[in-house]
Amino acid sequence: MIHKSLKELAQALAAKQISSVELSTLFLDRIERLNPEINAFVTVDREKSLKMAAEADARIAAGTAGALTGIPIAQKDIFCAEGWRTTCGSRMLENFIAPYDATVIRKMHHEAGLVSLGKTNMDEFAMGSSNESSYFGAVKNPWDLARVPGGSSGGSAAAIAARLAPAATGTDTGGSIRQPAALCNLTGLKPTYGVVSRYGMIAYASSLDQGGPMGATAEDCALLLNTMVGFDERDSTSLDRPVEDYTRDLDKPLAGLRIGLPKEFFGEGCDANVMAAVQAAIKEYEKLGASIVDVSLPNSHLSVPAYYVIAPAEASSNLSRFDGVRYGYRAPEYGNLDDMYMKSRAQGFGAEVKRRILIGTYVLSHGYYDAYYLQAQRIRRLVAQDFAEAFKSCDVILGPTSPSTAFKLGEKSADPVQMYLSDIYTIAINLAGLPGMSVPCGFAEGLPVGMQLIGNYFDEARLLNVAHRYQQATDWHQQRPAGIA
Amino acid sequence: MSLTIEQVQRIAHLARLEVSESEALTTQGHLNGIFQLIEQMQAVDTTGVEPMAHAQDVFQRLREDAVSEADRRAAYQAVAPETEAGLYLVPKVIE
Repeated sequence: MIHKSLKELAQALAAKQISSVELSTLFLDRIERLNPEINAFVTVDREKSLKMAAEADARIAAGTAGALTGIPIAQKDIFCAEGWRTTCGSRMLENFIAPYDATVIRKMHHEAGLVSLGKTNMDEFAMGSSNESSYFGAVKNPWDLARVPGGSSGGSAAAIAARLAPAATGTDTGGSIRQPAALCNLTGLKPTYGVVSRYGMIAYASSLDQGGPMGATAEDCALLLNTMVGFDERDSTSLDRPVEDYTRDLDKPLAGLRIGLPKEFFGEGCDANVMAAVQAAIKEYEKLGASIVDVSLPNSHLSVPAYYVIAPAEASSNLSRFDGVRYGYRAPEYGNLDDMYMKSRAQGFGAEVKRRILIGTYVLSHGYYDAYYLQAQRIRRLVAQDFAEAFKSCDVILGPTSPSTAFKLGEKSADPVQMYLSDIYTIAINLAGLPGMSVPCGFAEGLPVGMQLIGNYFDEARLLNVAHRYQQATDWHQQRPAGIA
Repeated sequence: MSLTIEQVQRIAHLARLEVSESEALTTQGHLNGIFQLIEQMQAVDTTGVEPMAHAQDVFQRLREDAVSEADRRAAYQAVAPETEAGLYLVPKVIE
């Protein structure tokens, strides 16, 4: 039961082969047994979960269930859920019990009837690529417990890989859904900016942050995405557009599909074994009837520098709300008001968060705004224009998700810049606001490799189709880590 | 470009983050490494390129000027470090 897809679980629930309470208990028991080692969850509340499961069972019995009612999932601890501790991986919010629901939580749990198994660990305030910046400790990669699961949605990724949950939510500001999906052999989708509401999703860099699904397969992601999307007047950047069924094109044949390969993603800087797996996936796509087109993203090498101006600038502004007055951590001892701010923030934030706040403060300060912030925004436009040009000759863009497989715990944590370069292939997509996926495409020395699929704006259904057809022809996504029983 | 220790301390003050002297030194090293990465941008001629603040070219929506939220002051203040009579308490700011 624990390895079943969301569709199979939905069928089992509908056929009354298992109740939601039984199914949720199965996963809660696994969490209890395996989480102390993996550290994927920071908050579990069996009573709350089982109450949701009982409500789902009542809906199923009454015939008012939706497609996924009763299926348990894990929520990244960045989404506020009323009555649940919501920490964002930070000491700042260690004891914060959210007084309201994020729109994603409302839609998934209160409308679709999914059951929450708890809140997953993450890099502090979603700032990181290894999950090591969490106040609640590093998460272990189920494929090798000495390695990182990626980040920032590392807890969600490890939870699914160890089958502590059948699927989960993540958020992606510079690669935080796709990179951990790649490192843990999962499928993850970052939707077009504006498709999933950001209301109640704790802000890191507001013009880049986007929530999305993580699961074992593209089909699971499509089903989950259906429950997450929709216009939300509470999010000023939410897009008012027609509702889509993201499963509608899953089975469409790929004949005639034009796959663009950006030469910048196939040069130096990528591990040879990762590249070999991606090349093999390209061959598979050719067998499936796709044609390969060479494209270029000439400014993509500027994405990381531009991102590390824009994201910290927005973060320094967003995180100024944590002042020890209205919510969150307050230092036990302080002098005047200024001292209370300075000490509460110094003690409540971890090192990486402080670094980004300082960078952001600097690039927005008088005399540096034009040279850094405006220049970064101009480069952002160049990066977006590159994609627009590339999509004139192809339907989707393919490349590696991450330049390497999962690295060892501690390997990059001493050097922030090395860590930042883990996201060289994913960041440009956030700057442009495009949808992107990571899909399992092989192994290198026993560790999973992910390929990235990038679509044009609102082309999620096509991306899911391209990923699904590949998963019908390959079984990489069905491989499970050997050490986890 | 590289930041001096005084600049690090000044930025930290602007950001209301207390840093000790030893912390400032480590931070200075890290920040300068990051700024070296960021400096790559300066070689690019972006004359005439419009800055891009957002992925989608949309205008800020306006809503009707009407009450849309219920009064949930008690629930929201329950998570505050210190409140009294519906007010947030902070150290005295006016002598």
